Amino acid sequence: MLTQESLKRTPLYDEHVALKASMVPFGGWQMPVQYEGILAEYTQTRQAATLFDTSHMGEFLIEGDCEKTGFEHIVTMRLNDMPLKTSRYGMLLNEQGGVIDDLIVFRIARDQWFCVVNGGTIDKDARHIKEKLRPSAKFSNISMDLGKLDLQGPLSRDILKQYIPTIEKLNYFAFDYFDLLGENVLVSRTGYTGELGYEIFFPWDKIVDCWRTLLTHKEVKPAGLGARDVLRLEMGYSLYGHELSDTITPLEAGLSRFVDFEKDFIGKPALLTQKEQGIPRRLIGFTSTSRKSPRADNPLWSADKKMIGTVTSGSFSPAVGTGIGLGLIASAASEANFAKGAKIFFGEENNFNEAVISERIFYKKGSLKH
Amino acid sequence: MEAENHLLYTKEHEWVNIEDKTATIGITEYAQEALGDITYVELPSEGEDVEQFEEFASVESVKAASDIFSPLSGKIIAVNKDLEADPGLINRSCFDKGWMIKIEISDMDEANNLMTAAEYTKFLESVG
Repeated sequence: MLTQESLKRTPLYDEHVALKASMVPFGGWQMPVQYEGILAEYTQTRQAATLFDTSHMGEFLIEGDCEKTGFEHIVTMRLNDMPLKTSRYGMLLNEQGGVIDDLIVFRIARDQWFCVVNGGTIDKDARHIKEKLRPSAKFSNISMDLGKLDLQGPLSRDILKQYIPTIEKLNYFAFDYFDLLGENVLVSRTGYTGELGYEIFFPWDKIVDCWRTLLTHKEVKPAGLGARDVLRLEMGYSLYGHELSDTITPLEAGLSRFVDFEKDFIGKPALLTQKEQGIPRRLIGFTSTSRKSPRADNPLWSADKKMIGTVTSGSFSPAVGTGIGLGLIASAASEANFAKGAKIFFGEENNFNEAVISERIFYKKGSLKH
Repeated sequence: MEAENHLLYTKEHEWVNIEDKTATIGITEYAQEALGDITYVELPSEGEDVEQFEEFASVESVKAASDIFSPLSGKIIAVNKDLEADPGLINRSCFDKGWMIKIEISDMDEANNLMTAAEYTKFLESVG
């Protein structure tokens, strides 16, 4: 266990403490899990707007032609046809096809790439990318130069446009540089909540001003990792360390649409072998038939109570009104038996709780693409 | 933190209200606040026996599940069915509408193992 002292702090640590947030360790960082309460922050995000401190996340800058530098070969999504000022989600894989991390790559200029990676995997990702890039590439880890704020919720555009009038033109997964509070900053229309929202990359040492300014709006409240986890789970978004890991492939995690099999990339041969020989596990969504919530690492059981897999994430869902979960189950357990609507159980052997297999998305009414 | 004077308390932050041979049991303000938004309460059935300091229920909040321990031994004579549909009653009214079970006390001497309100308040100060 990391001691409190060895945990990293974002530039907003003192702000969180002043707002009486409960702080928890997360991926080596000391992060706010909640301020007012997880459900209140959840509802605020779905109905109005919230501000998340995501400064723990990592940012890299890669300069050079994506093919000549080998960067195209390192990530699963296609880079060479990306329009400027757009971003794409994908993964870094190891040779076995396991996921080193998931990331978003932004194309700033033809030969300039900005990557956003998870906070707990910054060093591992940087090592991997640097090792695989050819010497012609210029790689910079700028994680400690940039903080990040996620402004999320149906009212986020109305608030942000009071500072950036042209923000209205920004489409889903597009980004640009804008003047905001005297700084020229990258703002992307991305997020992790299923609501309309923006990620603001602000200089590390000045981000307190941006945080405080956005929180002066009565429609905006701070939200922590607790609400963020419920929001992302309702959307079926993967969380690294849960649905994704070094030993889970994108095919198992149901993310093949973020893998471009038309190009070559690290891990592709392993994925093709999996496709040929059968994908060992697959990620399912399921809905508890009660308010009882599944929890990560709970075993999953078939209707006749044979163990079929493990819960990767679980929570109570305010939108559904029951517990919801994602889990990895063995594909060998006949596909047909685990179609949508099939009955399963979650929980320890002496405490079976009924659930029904559902889609991997639990909430479809979000303002994401409004 | 508030502690109601007429109640007795455990170190696990349960309270008990003893009226003759009947005990009403719930969790304290400290416990409900630590748990956060409660989304599910798993209660035992009427007629079951509970033992002092043994688990009789579990309470889930958005992020975690916690076991609840009985302050006294006895037979369960009532469970709070309102908690099924509205588990948040515990957050809003932990000492009143958010009660969990009523038992018929089997050994009144066990009450000596519990804390008074003054002792519990001191205990809370010591755990910070």
